[in-house]
Amino acid sequence: MIISKDDVLKVANLARIELNQEELNLFSGQLESVLEFIAKLKKADVSSVKPMSHILDIQNVLRADIPGESLPNALVLKNAPESLKGHFRVPKVIE
Amino acid sequence: MYETVIGLEVHAQLKTRTKAFCGCLNEFGAPANTRTCPVCLGFPGSLPVLNEMAFEHGMKAALALNCQIQNFTKFDRKHYFYPDLPKNYQISQYDLPLALDGGLKIKIKDREKTIPVKRVHLEEDAGKLIHEGEGSLVDYNRAGVPLLEIVTEPEIHSPDEAYEYLSELKAILKYLEVSDCDMEKGSLRCDANISLRLIGAEKLGTKTELKNMNSFKAVREALNYEIKRQTGILESGQRIIQETLLWDEVSAKTVAMRSKEEAMDYRYFTEPDLPGFVLTEEKIKAVKDNLPELPQALKQRFIRDYGLSDYDVEILAQEKRVADYFEACFKIYPQAKSISNWLIGPLSYELNSRNLDIQSLGLKPPELTTLISFVDQDKISNLSAKEVLTARLNSKKTVEEIIQEKDLLQICDSGELSAIIDAVISANQKSVQDYSSGKANALMFLVGQVMRQSKGKANPKVAQEMLKEKLTNV
Repeated sequence: MIISKDDVLKVANLARIELNQEELNLFSGQLESVLEFIAKLKKADVSSVKPMSHILDIQNVLRADIPGESLPNALVLKNAPESLKGHFRVPKVIE
Repeated sequence: MYETVIGLEVHAQLKTRTKAFCGCLNEFGAPANTRTCPVCLGFPGSLPVLNEMAFEHGMKAALALNCQIQNFTKFDRKHYFYPDLPKNYQISQYDLPLALDGGLKIKIKDREKTIPVKRVHLEEDAGKLIHEGEGSLVDYNRAGVPLLEIVTEPEIHSPDEAYEYLSELKAILKYLEVSDCDMEKGSLRCDANISLRLIGAEKLGTKTELKNMNSFKAVREALNYEIKRQTGILESGQRIIQETLLWDEVSAKTVAMRSKEEAMDYRYFTEPDLPGFVLTEEKIKAVKDNLPELPQALKQRFIRDYGLSDYDVEILAQEKRVADYFEACFKIYPQAKSISNWLIGPLSYELNSRNLDIQSLGLKPPELTTLISFVDQDKISNLSAKEVLTARLNSKKTVEEIIQEKDLLQICDSGELSAIIDAVISANQKSVQDYSSGKANALMFLVGQVMRQSKGKANPKVAQEMLKEKLTNV
């Protein structure tokens, strides 16, 4: 096993995903095969390949500092489960 | 004895028209959630594109901090869940930041020291949370506003050094016009790491992170408090716990934040939506060559060209606009010391009490120099001149009109003054004799009489000199 159940639970927790026992088994198996595949890739000889940070050969994509359209407040809040005085309303969060 | 080790992390909002990755206005104080769009709200399918002005501002600041701009830089996603972060990740920079290895020169008790700047990177701001009643309200207008993060090495050794570093950094960012640096509006924020170690020890002590300081003074106070607190713990043989503390302005204490159950794991990875950036040496040089004069160069020039003192220059150079105003005045009336005294004294008093900056005050340089020249020529007293300044700022009348209206011109005509003095001498023979027999106080009494007879319009200095002369000839 490359990945333990505990690791899967930790990753799930970081992603705020709750898994039941059945899902834990299912996704552990799937993640295992993904990691097996990655392990194969790790064996490939890449000494002649330059490291890259983007799959497309493009760079320096910038836009001018010119204002565009913002959305009207009512539309912004349309999908909000709760809103108040133009704000999104969420359960109380305290630092 | 312990040595204090401090590292500072500053976040400065960059002054751009639009946000970092979308065309929404970068504007403080707009109605909640009216400067948002699918990109900064993190709607699926929306794509960020970097604002070139934010990028250029970042380069300018990094160069002014003597950092090495990297030839290749890219953005990364920093993941965490919090309601102020609509995408559940912040676009930031991790392993290939914009710039590395700089330094900022500060002066501390007449000694120069360079605070090493470890890295400078670009990222986006989060939204704003307001805690109200049972819930929290979220405004995403600030989400996506460009931020520059500037991190020092842990090589600051006192709260005063930290304060100086922050002041100098703020001055530079303001001279570059890349940030407003207004801590009250949150456009400049500072977190501090602090630890203590025995003098001579190599290993760093356990640090605490301080947040929630709303002014440079608060940073200094919080650091001083933390030094005392950590010293107390170490002296009693206990260990420092690595934690984040919030500065509470009211109780003037640091308070522990509720500790997180699990250490933060941000799972950084390269932002796939933003291709990387290549910066050629020519491009870097072009930005560098176009940097404006920075505070330290300006201070040196002011000392050299205007013969001003270190003290005066430190104050004048704090705000670029004040320094510019000084130069505008000097062009009209080349009396550096007088102008400097007025800017540092009465004018800055008026600015503070009106809570205005020099541009919004509405006093043109020629108006100020006219007023100063009246004082310098002894036409009006210093005290009257301050009165004129206040009156001028409260009305649309000219300096000359106010002087005339308030009848503030001093008696400079020696004939008129001479007559008053003669009258005072003949009416106060007792004091004249006292003065002759060596009682210095008597002279002051006589000057007072001259001032009274002239209804306060005699120039006391001139009156005193004339009196002395007449008394020796009696």
